[in-house]
Amino acid sequence: MQRHDLVIIGAGPAGMAAAATAAELGLSVTLLDEQSRPGGQIYRDVDRVAALRGDILGADYIHGRSLTAGLHHGAITHLEGATVWAIEDGFRISYTKDGRGAQIGAERVLLATGALERPMPVPGWTLPGVMTAGAGQILLKQSGLVARQAVLVGAGPLLYLIAAQMVRAGTPPLAMVETQTRSDLFRALRHLDGALRGWRYLAKGLAMLAEIKRAGVARYTGATGLRIEGTDKAEALRFTHRGRTHRIACTTVFLHHGVVPNTQAARSLGVTHRWDTRQACFNPVLDGWGQSDVPGIFMAGDGTGIGGAKAAEIAGRLAALKLAEALGHISAAERDRRAAPLHSAKARERAARPFLDLAYPPCAEAMAPEDATTICRCEEVTAGDIRRYAALGCLGPNQTKAFGRAGMGPCQGRYCGLTVTALLAEANGQTPDETGYYRIRPPLKPVTLGELAAMDHGSQDAAE
Amino acid sequence: METDYAIIGGGVVGLSVAWGLLRRGLTVTVLDGDDGAFRASRGNFGLVWVQSKGMNQPRYAQWSQQSAALWGDFAAELSAATGQRVPLEQRGGYDLHFSEETLQATVEKYLALKEKLGGDYPFEVLGHNALRKEEPHIGPKVVGAILHHQDGHANPLKLLKALAGDVRRMGGRVLTGKTVTEVTKPDSFVLSCADGTSVGAGKVILAAGLGAAVLGPKLGFKAPVRPQRGQVLITEKLPKLINRPSLIARQVDEGGIQIGATNEEVGHDDRVTQPGLSGLAAEAIAAFPALAKAQLVRSWGALRVLSPDGLPIYQESTSLPGAFLVTCHSGITLAACHAHLLPDWLEGAASKPDLEVFSESRFAVS
Amino acid sequence: MNPVSPFLELDQTPRVEVVFDGTPLSLPAGANLAAALLAAGIGEFRRTPVSGAPRAPFCMMGACFDCLVEIDGVVRQACMLDVREGLSISKPKGGSHATP
Repeated sequence: MQRHDLVIIGAGPAGMAAAATAAELGLSVTLLDEQSRPGGQIYRDVDRVAALRGDILGADYIHGRSLTAGLHHGAITHLEGATVWAIEDGFRISYTKDGRGAQIGAERVLLATGALERPMPVPGWTLPGVMTAGAGQILLKQSGLVARQAVLVGAGPLLYLIAAQMVRAGTPPLAMVETQTRSDLFRALRHLDGALRGWRYLAKGLAMLAEIKRAGVARYTGATGLRIEGTDKAEALRFTHRGRTHRIACTTVFLHHGVVPNTQAARSLGVTHRWDTRQACFNPVLDGWGQSDVPGIFMAGDGTGIGGAKAAEIAGRLAALKLAEALGHISAAERDRRAAPLHSAKARERAARPFLDLAYPPCAEAMAPEDATTICRCEEVTAGDIRRYAALGCLGPNQTKAFGRAGMGPCQGRYCGLTVTALLAEANGQTPDETGYYRIRPPLKPVTLGELAAMDHGSQDAAE
Repeated sequence: METDYAIIGGGVVGLSVAWGLLRRGLTVTVLDGDDGAFRASRGNFGLVWVQSKGMNQPRYAQWSQQSAALWGDFAAELSAATGQRVPLEQRGGYDLHFSEETLQATVEKYLALKEKLGGDYPFEVLGHNALRKEEPHIGPKVVGAILHHQDGHANPLKLLKALAGDVRRMGGRVLTGKTVTEVTKPDSFVLSCADGTSVGAGKVILAAGLGAAVLGPKLGFKAPVRPQRGQVLITEKLPKLINRPSLIARQVDEGGIQIGATNEEVGHDDRVTQPGLSGLAAEAIAAFPALAKAQLVRSWGALRVLSPDGLPIYQESTSLPGAFLVTCHSGITLAACHAHLLPDWLEGAASKPDLEVFSESRFAVS
Repeated sequence: MNPVSPFLELDQTPRVEVVFDGTPLSLPAGANLAAALLAAGIGEFRRTPVSGAPRAPFCMMGACFDCLVEIDGVVRQACMLDVREGLSISKPKGGSHATP
């Protein structure tokens, strides 16, 4: 098994920036990512796509090319299409590439596993035709697909970005049905000075809204009673706006009410996580360099708390500086000298966050779904089931998992975990921290038994 | 005194006993731990199993047989009471063998046990071809199997849920998130919990799995239980591939193939390891080659609760009469006995089962 | 004849032949398989093994497992695969085990 100074998991902004900085400082780095090309979700396929439709996707997207360029360094091995499924002490990292299991050793590991869409369980969200807004963006970026008759539903600046991109592609969405209210905006305004320091984000948001408005896209805010109708596929979105019920026929529904850290890998290693009330999610507990409470495990990017692509890039570089110092490549003084401008840039990037988090809070009815709504897509468990298990004494999600299989399917709780914690916390009158989260174990992603068996050194002929 | 019985431990063992006591009209309070506690009830393999049990102690084989025989009624009663099926299949189970030698050696041991049991040990030996008729997906490396007709498997999680529901339905009080720290007996028993909760009881049952090693000595028990890790795998849901369960693999009622299990002496470490997963995968594929293409979706490690000889311990405290230790490795197999027969023993009924061989007197004083 | 797709394709890419559930399709070579199937009008990728409900891609980033398809006897995420000539894709059969 090959050993490296540093193994980075995830080739998004944090992982790419960390790899480039660490390599420059003399570390040998292996970067593993499950996608076949670098960029993460935010800069997905940027090397190929920037020339094709950079005009639609915008300058922020094209910026990703500066990061992919940084990977062309002799000390960086980028394993593309490598799906990590176990990280064990030592560290021993098991992954699948080209249908075969393999392993790599590392002195230190940096997890840059990014974010997931916050689960948005509303009636009908499992129907074909309903996707995350992030999925809509990925389809546009990577595959050049635009939904012909789409409704964008939920809350957050990402909805405006997608709508603006769809407008530029010549196929505007049918409507934007947003759940944030005017009072959310007023609550957010007391963080306006922070937001003004991050004025670029506000200005971009306003420009996108103007673009969407010019295209004549209908916009509803403060929408409630969201319900996707259809039997075998999404046929319409029904909702209430200012006391009136609306029904918009459509073939595609893009859901979004924020993104949350993808904590699977960190949790499998036992990194401590704490509930972040403002972002309504669990974030890992880290020091200013991204060092976790598991010795040797570092983290950077949206997987540590949502801050966006620029903040992720900065965090990746900061972690790399600390790692270079820890492994003896630079002095502490040199580390701090290089880190100083990054710390200030990070503070600037963070300035707009409180405003955005409060102006676009998660959709209340998706945070506490009605009993009949499916919350675990894999095992088809409803919110009512979870509430019943709470009445049977379940204090935490590992007990409801045993009782009703929520979190046991192939997605391993990625799209039900936060909902289950929220439902149990509410039912038991506990905090999310007291309620806890799923015990995450390998495999982090499914792996065939044949691949596993081929790695069994006890019996060499087992996987024939 | 608030309750006839206080039961420390709300896993399958504790709840099965609670259920049996409630059914007799006794009052019961169960004190259960938190979400993160080691819980064999959540991690076990789910077999209702007779073969290979009690090779050196026929009474244990018998006790397992008795429970297997009671399981059908037990599951049916729970299902009827809760309105939710407790899946159980008792159409026999296999001990699969990859060599003639191990098969023959095992058969000889079974024959010896059969004689001690007065002939009640219904098994047959299937050669590869006979086995293939029963299990079309069996691999060429499997030379044969012992098919034991008293074996079967259940859904242990649905059992746990049904017990949790039915114990409450019958008026059992279940306190969750409790860690019992002290048990005293000024007059009747008083149990004190870490959070300040206090429960008074006429009798106390310690059914806390590995927790008994800590609490047991305070109640006058040796409680020599240790953890032994078992790693278990489960695949995606698949079409029917395996008919009868074995110690290597079984197809659960939801469709996944469950593969087990390692036996590791690693203390209180319930993590899974790549070598553990790979070894189990290799063995399962040797038994059922089609599994090579199946996706492993989950794995877990759970800690067996083992006594030095692997047998259950049923013991009343000599220093604190009225306190009982109930612990075993096979909580699922023995659940029916614990629910139907153990209450007689606890209550000292005339018809109580003879559990003398399971007392702590078998362990040397250290 | 492909059903009308809910998606408009911006790119023109050379096509290769694949089969989905017995139906021949021409898909863009090298494209993301889940995206290509959606663009070809495939609205249902599988049925769930629990209730038999239809499912199609949801997250497009390898996290949700709703786009599962079977290729060469292995169930995989279509959104993590590329289109290759001659792929034979079918709906996973896991659902046929489920008992009501």
